[in-house]
Amino acid sequence: MTSGVDLGRPQAQTVGSDEDVVRVRQMVRTVAVAVRLSLVDQTKVVTAASELARNTLVYGGGGTVEVTAIDNGRRPGIRIVFADSGPGIADLELALTDGYTTGGGLGLGLSGARRLVDEFDIQTAPGQGTRITITKWSR
Amino acid sequence: MERVPILKIGDILLVSIQVDMSDQTAVALQEDLAERIVATGCHGVIIDITALDIVDSFVGRMLSTIASISRVLDAETVVVGMRPAVAITLVELGLSLNGIRTALNVERGMELIAIDRADDHDDPDDDPVPEPTASP
Repeated sequence: MTSGVDLGRPQAQTVGSDEDVVRVRQMVRTVAVAVRLSLVDQTKVVTAASELARNTLVYGGGGTVEVTAIDNGRRPGIRIVFADSGPGIADLELALTDGYTTGGGLGLGLSGARRLVDEFDIQTAPGQGTRITITKWSR
Repeated sequence: MERVPILKIGDILLVSIQVDMSDQTAVALQEDLAERIVATGCHGVIIDITALDIVDSFVGRMLSTIASISRVLDAETVVVGMRPAVAITLVELGLSLNGIRTALNVERGMELIAIDRADDHDDPDDDPVPEPTASP
């Protein structure tokens, strides 16, 4: 599934309001700069984090985001975990389809975020909440 | 909640987004702009996103919505100053920014709006109300 060694403690942010989504973006950017992601990769991972943190808020009813600087021995990277105890996703394949939305958005959040990162893992089931882990490696 | 200021310069409303906007701030900007377009009768809106280091699907949708609202209110919207990394990310995210006109900077955005208005009003019978900027 995922690989790499944690460097230091993860930074955590609860997501309960749209101001918290702004805080998640800032936290992710700080770590992305620290692990020396290129400017384009910083932009991609912050954008992905913004989409997923908003999903945590809007669909998950709030939750937590953890950001960790990691290293797989060859290169550093950033790992972000988005966790909520909301309703979960019943049809994951459908939820990952471009343009599919149940929230009145553009339906690009989940599918778009997946395209912007190197690794994307999602654990979810109806009534079980959703846990998404993304990783972006420095090139 | 922070609010994004809207400046009036001649016939143009200029919005320079300098903060990392919360979703609420983005929605408020949409509403404030619609009101200012009607209150001022401006025919152009320039949204400067030079300072934005990301544009996600929410902000992208806000830009499209502002462009649509402006058009209905007889104003043209131009988004200027998008960073290269933002453009790359937007395309990969899958956002096409439908209906949005873009220019590299504020100056070119203003030129674009001026050209548009000139094209719209080249026939004097078209518009009985004289444009304030028509004669130098």
